[in-house]
Amino acid sequence: MIHAKALTRTFKGVPAVRGVDLDVHEGEIVGFLGPNGAGKTTTLRMLTTLLRPTSGTATVAGHDLVADPSGVRGSIGYVAQGGMFTPPSLIGAELLLQARLHGHSAREARRLVGEVLERVGLAGFERRSPASLSGGQARRADLALGLVHAPRLLFLDEPTNGLDPRARAELWDHIRGLRTTIFLSTHYLDEADALCDRVLIIDGGRIVASGSPADLKRDHAAATLDEVFLTVTGRPMAEAAA
Amino acid sequence: MTAFVVAAHYLRETFRHKFVIVFGVVQPALYLVFFGPVFTGSGVGDWDVLVPGLLMQLALLTCGLTGFNIVFDHRFGVLERLRVTPAGRFSLLVGRVLKDAVLLLVQAAALLGLALAFGLRASVPGVVAGLALVVTMALGLAALSYAAALTLGDGLFAPVMGTAVVPLLLLSGALLPMEGAPAWLDAVSLATPFRHVVDALRALFAGSSHGIGWAVLSVGLFLAVALPLATRVFNRENA
Repeated sequence: MIHAKALTRTFKGVPAVRGVDLDVHEGEIVGFLGPNGAGKTTTLRMLTTLLRPTSGTATVAGHDLVADPSGVRGSIGYVAQGGMFTPPSLIGAELLLQARLHGHSAREARRLVGEVLERVGLAGFERRSPASLSGGQARRADLALGLVHAPRLLFLDEPTNGLDPRARAELWDHIRGLRTTIFLSTHYLDEADALCDRVLIIDGGRIVASGSPADLKRDHAAATLDEVFLTVTGRPMAEAAA
Repeated sequence: MTAFVVAAHYLRETFRHKFVIVFGVVQPALYLVFFGPVFTGSGVGDWDVLVPGLLMQLALLTCGLTGFNIVFDHRFGVLERLRVTPAGRFSLLVGRVLKDAVLLLVQAAALLGLALAFGLRASVPGVVAGLALVVTMALGLAALSYAAALTLGDGLFAPVMGTAVVPLLLLSGALLPMEGAPAWLDAVSLATPFRHVVDALRALFAGSSHGIGWAVLSVGLFLAVALPLATRVFNRENA
């Protein structure tokens, strides 16, 4: 579903991502784990066509990232960090626009909006404003924006950032239940452990380890992904934020 | 096609918050009510000289400052979300600009209605042609305003553009015809497209077509600069 080779991105001469290879297969939930500043968001923004790679190649959902960004955009959903609504908007109207921009007719779009709201547990929330939602509900509304056109591949950037533990656990259940290929970034080790089939650990713009949470722990003789991170990078993740 | 979907979405949003529509007309309406009687009594001209200027004021204050709308979309990630769809960035810009043009037409109609009650008498085909001219010019104004908002960011847009529209308004001769201006001021004024539009509007309202050629030419030039420039800013990856 994603096949990337040697992706790099430099900002004004400063490298943020230094040669990332990654593969994500159909149906997988893959976590991109690393401290803040490790290059997670930059990589995600490249894979979602928002940033052009400085070098490297990638195929995303069957489309070449550089040659056919529009093809990529048509096949993916993207949920950015920290919300995607302007406060006075209506959830239904924004979802409708999103579906229409993905090329669906007005009628089809209305059907998709109803479906996606049900899928994220917000059935009947069309006329609600995002400002009136709880933190967990708001994140689910964001999720709906990424899902409304039923993409084959969904990108989530720090999906549970800032949520309380209960809302996080609830959102994990929702994400697991989506049954689509998901590539998500997170700096929560427990989130990677609980949610992901496979984890890629990124540090300093490079992938330093990858595997299922169980394999990573076994291979590094570690009890938690925290310890894996410590073994691989030589410092605890809490201190690694660049 | 996509641009119409975008325009329809933003029009629905705007009409849901009706105060935005009213708010845009308030300032020109205040000029009409509190300045109009003084203006028409001063011998400079009648309502058909003032109202064209107020239409320009309306366009500058609404379309010229419409970039403010995109500041929040930018900050809240809405812009990025729309960019990860197959809709072209040009359609996203044009859709917004079309919304502003339609909104301006509604507001201009309201202002003209009020002016009529105050005693505006003008050539009907002239007014229709004048509206077409102002709205066409406003397309470029709105596009530039979005480009400015994306370039200046949320901190600078309001103070910079809020200040910039004042000289543009004064230089257009909207509030007082430029006939009494010294040569240098007249020359500066003639370098802005807005002056030509105001002059043409006054002629059209009076039932003449004097200066229409210049106005159409300057609006054409303005659009030829504004639209590609705004498109470039919209296509910039970090905008």
